[in-house]
Amino acid sequence: MSRIGARFDTLKAAGRTALIPFVTAGDPKPAVTVPLMHAMVAAGADLIELGVPFSDPMADGPAIQLADERALAHGVTLHQVLDMVRQFREQDDATPVVLMGYLNPIEVMGYAAFTDAAAAAGVDGVITVDLPPEEAGEILPLFREAAIDPVFLLAPTSSRQRIETVCASAGGFVYYVSIKGVTGTRRPDSTEVQQRLAQIRAVTDLPVGVGFGIRDAESAARFAEFADAVIVGSALVNRIAEFADRPDEIPQSVAALLREMRQAMDGDR
Amino acid sequence: MTDINYADFPDAGGHFGPYGGRFIAETLMGPVDELRQAYERYGQDPDFVAEFDRDLRQYVGRPSPLYHAERWSRELGGAQIYLKREDLNHTGAHKVNNTIGQALLAKRMGKRRVIAETGAGQHGVATATVAARFGLECVIYMGEEDIRRQAINVYRMRLLGAEVVPVTSGSRTLKDAMNEAMRDWVTTVDDTFYIIGTVAGPHPYPAMVRDFQAIIGREAREQCLQQTGRLPDALVACVGGGSNAIGLFHPFLEDEGVAMYGVEAAGEGLESGCHAAPLCAGRPGVLHGNRTYLMEDNDGQIIETHSISAGLDYPGVGPEHAWLKDIGRVQYTAITDDQALAAFHTLTRVEGIMPALESSHALAWAATLAPTMESDAILVVNLSGRGDKDIHTVAALEGIEV
Ligand SMILES: Cc1ncc(COP(=O)(O)O)c(C=O)c1O
Repeated sequence: MSRIGARFDTLKAAGRTALIPFVTAGDPKPAVTVPLMHAMVAAGADLIELGVPFSDPMADGPAIQLADERALAHGVTLHQVLDMVRQFREQDDATPVVLMGYLNPIEVMGYAAFTDAAAAAGVDGVITVDLPPEEAGEILPLFREAAIDPVFLLAPTSSRQRIETVCASAGGFVYYVSIKGVTGTRRPDSTEVQQRLAQIRAVTDLPVGVGFGIRDAESAARFAEFADAVIVGSALVNRIAEFADRPDEIPQSVAALLREMRQAMDGDR
Repeated sequence: MTDINYADFPDAGGHFGPYGGRFIAETLMGPVDELRQAYERYGQDPDFVAEFDRDLRQYVGRPSPLYHAERWSRELGGAQIYLKREDLNHTGAHKVNNTIGQALLAKRMGKRRVIAETGAGQHGVATATVAARFGLECVIYMGEEDIRRQAINVYRMRLLGAEVVPVTSGSRTLKDAMNEAMRDWVTTVDDTFYIIGTVAGPHPYPAMVRDFQAIIGREAREQCLQQTGRLPDALVACVGGGSNAIGLFHPFLEDEGVAMYGVEAAGEGLESGCHAAPLCAGRPGVLHGNRTYLMEDNDGQIIETHSISAGLDYPGVGPEHAWLKDIGRVQYTAITDDQALAAFHTLTRVEGIMPALESSHALAWAATLAPTMESDAILVVNLSGRGDKDIHTVAALEGIEV
């Protein structure tokens, strides 16, 4: 079993919801990322989603677009992102790391070369925002062989039939996009999200995470009541942006934000 | 080559060989599929076809003439050059053929709002125009840099009642405008139709836009037969995203004797790196919903493009062109800013027709090609748009303020 499956099993046994922070690798500069990852784990992160910066992040709102631009200004490459994971793994062999990004950098590296390098670095799952299962026929067998979980998104616009198609290809967990829109722009409606999760759970046994609109401790706690994982991105990325000129303080400051969320989520139980 | 049935492409998933497809976020999969179904239904529907045809005649002014540029042909001393006069369409370019088609579809799908990306502003104007006519709310995304270069078109769009939203992310040009339009669309899919301006984007856009633009080639084929008694020897069109080119080429693909040339923007020269010629100097990748040739760096980041003409300043190209290149059916070449400018001036002086800077790339290639052909050979050039929108750019280069 992958680290992702093992982690969700442990959480389930403990009756806890996973807290998954998203940060863009190399934002605001490459040296921040690995210490930040460790600090997030110490603050209660159960999995880490690491954004691979891309020049044209079509599914992202302004916060993550700017994060990508900051990272790309330092010339951060997919190879470097994988190296950050490798460095993280030197001290942490348990926390699952999921890469989230767009297909083109992977296309250019080559599917087989990427899969090998990602597995060797200690990557556990990959979310490729612009790669639906219909176009993933070539890469999925490679991922499967390397025990990398292909994490797919489901959205408010996904039909029942699409939920089935996507879940049939998905591994690790399923990521429910709680809003119609790009990352970090709207507030999701929890009743609606809860109904959608029930539909998804009728189709798959995989854990279901909720993200795209969770911005503070209150919303994290609210969604933690019925989701298997709560994914927080733009809120953390905004915090990183505030501290862009004081990068040494970023791990501590982001960790503080995450700790509030963790406490709010666990306090409800 | 002979055993390819071009009508079989794209396949059901929108693939042209390895190119095309649907590389989009999950939120858009449903809406894009809904669009595909609507297009498959209405594209064949006699009422829809009749309404489209009527609008093209009575609103756009089709058929556009196929004009024999005798004087220019004589000066070049080779093939007889015929210009397909898309510059005479309402709004001044081929773009309107497509916006009418998509607006009719939007209406049938019950959408009340349309959005579009634009580079030169021609597609934005063509979209704002049909939105005005059909009473649809209209938002146009345009890179800040292009807003500066194409001020007249920005004002035209505003006069037509459209909201023009400046895009400040990335390179602030067409590709970023397209990113922003996609972001709008994932947020507003329930009531909004995204009118893409070229043969790019996820399936069904490349096939649908091609079908709407294929009127260019169908007319040109018929006009050429009627006016000269035979088919042309060669076709030339500029390629930004590739919609005017595929519109001209597609109805001729099965005519083996017809050579085809797609002309990209070489900017300051292919070797300078400052250009917008993915087919000539890029490599395959995935952007904006499809796999195609792209301008990208070694890490898969999309790189900034350069062309004197905003409408060609795009790092990708329609997936069908990528495929036509690989199978060798169409030759792709590139023309520099300077060559295009020279052709702009020549056509203006010799024929009294002021071409768009985009179309001037096609004209410049025709000027190199024609002298190598016999004087009874026929060369059809797609004059995709008129040059009025570009006079500020041209004047500025000559140090003149207008
Ligand atoms: C006059 C004209 N020709 C050509 C183009 C390039 O687009 P396409 O390659 O899709 O025809 C544009 C785009 O704005 C244009 O305005």
